[in-house]
Amino acid sequence: MAKVQTISQQAEAIAQKLNIAKYDIYGSSVDETSVQVDKGKPKQVKASNRSSVIVRVWNDQNQIGVTSTTDVDETGLEMALKTAYEASSFGVKENAPDFSPQAKELTAEVDFTKSEPAPVPELIETLVDAEKGVLDSHEAIASVPYNGIAQREIERFYLNSEGAQRSEERTYASVYLYGKTEQEGRKPRAAGAMRVKNGLAQLEVSDCVKEAAEKTISHLDYEKIASGKYPVVFSAEAFLSLLGAFSNMYNAQNILDNRSLSTAESIGTQVASPLLSVYDDELHLENVSAETFDGEGTPTRRLALIEKGVLKNFIHSAGTAKRMNAEPTGHASIGAKVSIGLNYIEVLPGESADDAYQLDKADGVVLIDDLQALHAGVNALQGSFSLPFDGWLIKDGKRISVESATVAGDFRQVLKSIEHIEPEAETTPGGICPRVWISELSITGEA
Amino acid sequence: MTAAIFEQPLRLEQILSLSYNATPDKFDKTWKAPLSTLLGLGRAVGADFVEFFLERKNYISCLAEDDAITSISPSLVSGAGVRVFKGSSDCYVSTNDLSFEGLKAALEKGLAIMGLEMPDSTASVPEINLEPLRDYGLGRGKDNWLASCPSMQTMGEVLLEANAALAEKADHVQARRAAYFRDCQEVLVASSDGTFARDIRLTQSVGFNLLCADGEHRSSIGERLGNTGDPSFLTAWDYSETAEKVAEAASNMLYADYVESGNYPIIMANHFGGVIFHEACGHLLETTQIEKETTPFMNKKGQKVAHESLTAWDEGLSTEAFGTIDMDDEGMPVQRTLLIENGILKNFISDRAGEMRTGHPRTGSGRRQGYTHAAASRMRNTYIAPGEHTVEELFASVDKGIYCKKMGGGSVGPTGQFNFAVDEAYLIEDGKITKPLKGATLIGEATGIMNKISMCSDDISLAPGFCGSVSGSVYVTVGQPHIRVDDITVGGR
Repeated sequence: MAKVQTISQQAEAIAQKLNIAKYDIYGSSVDETSVQVDKGKPKQVKASNRSSVIVRVWNDQNQIGVTSTTDVDETGLEMALKTAYEASSFGVKENAPDFSPQAKELTAEVDFTKSEPAPVPELIETLVDAEKGVLDSHEAIASVPYNGIAQREIERFYLNSEGAQRSEERTYASVYLYGKTEQEGRKPRAAGAMRVKNGLAQLEVSDCVKEAAEKTISHLDYEKIASGKYPVVFSAEAFLSLLGAFSNMYNAQNILDNRSLSTAESIGTQVASPLLSVYDDELHLENVSAETFDGEGTPTRRLALIEKGVLKNFIHSAGTAKRMNAEPTGHASIGAKVSIGLNYIEVLPGESADDAYQLDKADGVVLIDDLQALHAGVNALQGSFSLPFDGWLIKDGKRISVESATVAGDFRQVLKSIEHIEPEAETTPGGICPRVWISELSITGEA
Repeated sequence: MTAAIFEQPLRLEQILSLSYNATPDKFDKTWKAPLSTLLGLGRAVGADFVEFFLERKNYISCLAEDDAITSISPSLVSGAGVRVFKGSSDCYVSTNDLSFEGLKAALEKGLAIMGLEMPDSTASVPEINLEPLRDYGLGRGKDNWLASCPSMQTMGEVLLEANAALAEKADHVQARRAAYFRDCQEVLVASSDGTFARDIRLTQSVGFNLLCADGEHRSSIGERLGNTGDPSFLTAWDYSETAEKVAEAASNMLYADYVESGNYPIIMANHFGGVIFHEACGHLLETTQIEKETTPFMNKKGQKVAHESLTAWDEGLSTEAFGTIDMDDEGMPVQRTLLIENGILKNFISDRAGEMRTGHPRTGSGRRQGYTHAAASRMRNTYIAPGEHTVEELFASVDKGIYCKKMGGGSVGPTGQFNFAVDEAYLIEDGKITKPLKGATLIGEATGIMNKISMCSDDISLAPGFCGSVSGSVYVTVGQPHIRVDDITVGGR
């Protein structure tokens, strides 16, 4: 992709030619390589280099039109600006978005070191070794059907016709391993693990192998679980999944659209147990994908969502902030209708507790490691969920894998039913969170 | 030099200086020369098979919220992917650059990744002899489809009228949405086996999403229609009928009780009820699952895998259905594939890599979201065939069970376990619907459920859907008549 300065100059010239006075552009370029292996041999290697930009144009009536394109040359840019201008006559007249008032403010200094891409043979060799590591960990693990190592370099920018211009580059590498067991007379079992870092050299592949193997093995001896109400402990990943699935609770756009579990008046109300404090912190040191500005050019930041159970802030775009008399928070994605999403969640750890909240001493508690099918089993507008999960029933401190079951409940009730938050937080690709204990939820086991 | 089809094989050094003048805004026969040269280069370097997939997409979506158009979003996409096979391994490289240089760079990157080195610059590079352009874009007026589609003005007007109709029919409305998209895609496939084929696809969808609220009671219901190949689809939409259906469902579910978890016989409605077969069985019949050894059906061809009352198809031919295509994304004409006949597994859903790696013949099912994805074996229009029972007979067979009238989404895991959300459910007592229920999820295992579909009615209906899998999101149809499942676990409160 052309450098942001070049795109800026091209856009300025085209806009002048088309009599467009006000516009902004968000763009990104991704260079990506990924590999998969199968039984010690490379199966598929993918490489891509793709660029795209989204152009917003305001017409004389202050209506906004948007177009996205993958043709990031002068011709493509002109076509995008023209099409966006045409679309602007159908743009909203009330509450039309504007530039972020913070699009020229300083962004945070982030200590980020780009990694050089590793050669493909090294990616393959690393993944072949990792696959072998999982397979060798137990005779019952017959395959690693889902596996991959990917590395990507991302360049992104934002600019507008009032002179805002910012860009940044990032590199990431990720590995995932998903082992599957086969045993005579037993059902196949599967589990996996994932890691993300700045580059292949930093990727903790052996940790990923260990976790994938341990989790898969832990599900070998499974039992059916009787349907009923159980105390439930959510792993970091599972609880973060729930917080993300019901993010309309803190999303200002959803609130303005009447599609939220909150209303504009919910700020300051007790929405969860006083044990719970949740922050969204894109700039957290553990966030390897930390971006310093959002799709509207607004600097990202740490923001309290829930403190001691009280709803403290909503996440905003420039448009929602203006309408709700607040500040944009760095959570916007540019588009015909600007969307807002969470960045990187941190749930604060709790305090040490007595034996009642020690997993290795618990009895009759369900530990949920991974929630599945959130796209299907979550009704975010009703606040309800009914989700299959991977997990264990804790009996006298021992973990017994649950064969097949769902957990169901109401998200708002879950937040209020938090009995304990463990003192040690786990870092995951999506955020940081300790294990969270819920007093009771419905578990349905497959008969 | 400007290239055409050459009488003598090119030398590698000549290719470096070639330039081509393929038609920039249309994939026509002028693309034959550059692609046959590049395919020849790939083969000369040592690839077993090379394929180019070129794509242009003109997409637009429009959203009406309550009484305003809040989003019109056009998107212009173009790019290409090149796939290189060597032995059982393959490499896929994608690029935005459709120039000869861009395609060549992508090919060279793919060859290098596969460990194939460029020969000496004097090496001879025979071109691939591509077939005459097999142009599916010439039929049914496809070249005029895009121009015949509704303007932005019309999109906005129809959606606002539709949303107004929904407001009239529904009570306790908290939010209304009417959404439409039009996806016009031109694709060209050229591969080293001589395939050279083009197609134009027009896919459209329109629907409602209604959120109703009364105090703590909430219900949300969506309904979506889909079409391929009819530019007047939006303007012909009977939004009043759809609005009535959505309003009724939302009203029924607003005060519904949560379902009591347990095991029940269920009656699953036709139309989108077909998602159960799509998720619980269809995905497991894709050769990608055989490659990963993640399907319980992998060695079951010719064996009984389902109740004898069950016959199922996957095809790409139904007129204007959401998964209908004239050729797949590997240039193969689609076909009608019998998957299960009277409970016996007959065929798998296969693409080129699937045929190579599993031996199951291609079925015109190599599909992908776009140029950034390699094709994979994917479903098209997949449905359970109608049976001999009436819907009344199915209900009469249930003493206490659940009627799953409207299914939500679902998924299937690597061990064959599936799950589905039920958006609209009712309790059946003594063969009669007695009350609405919410919060139900169906869970089970593919091999088990297929043997429990014991009755099929005679009222098959198809519904559009979006299927996400290894090669991205593709448009599909699910379908079935009303079916009875003898026993299934229902997750609830």
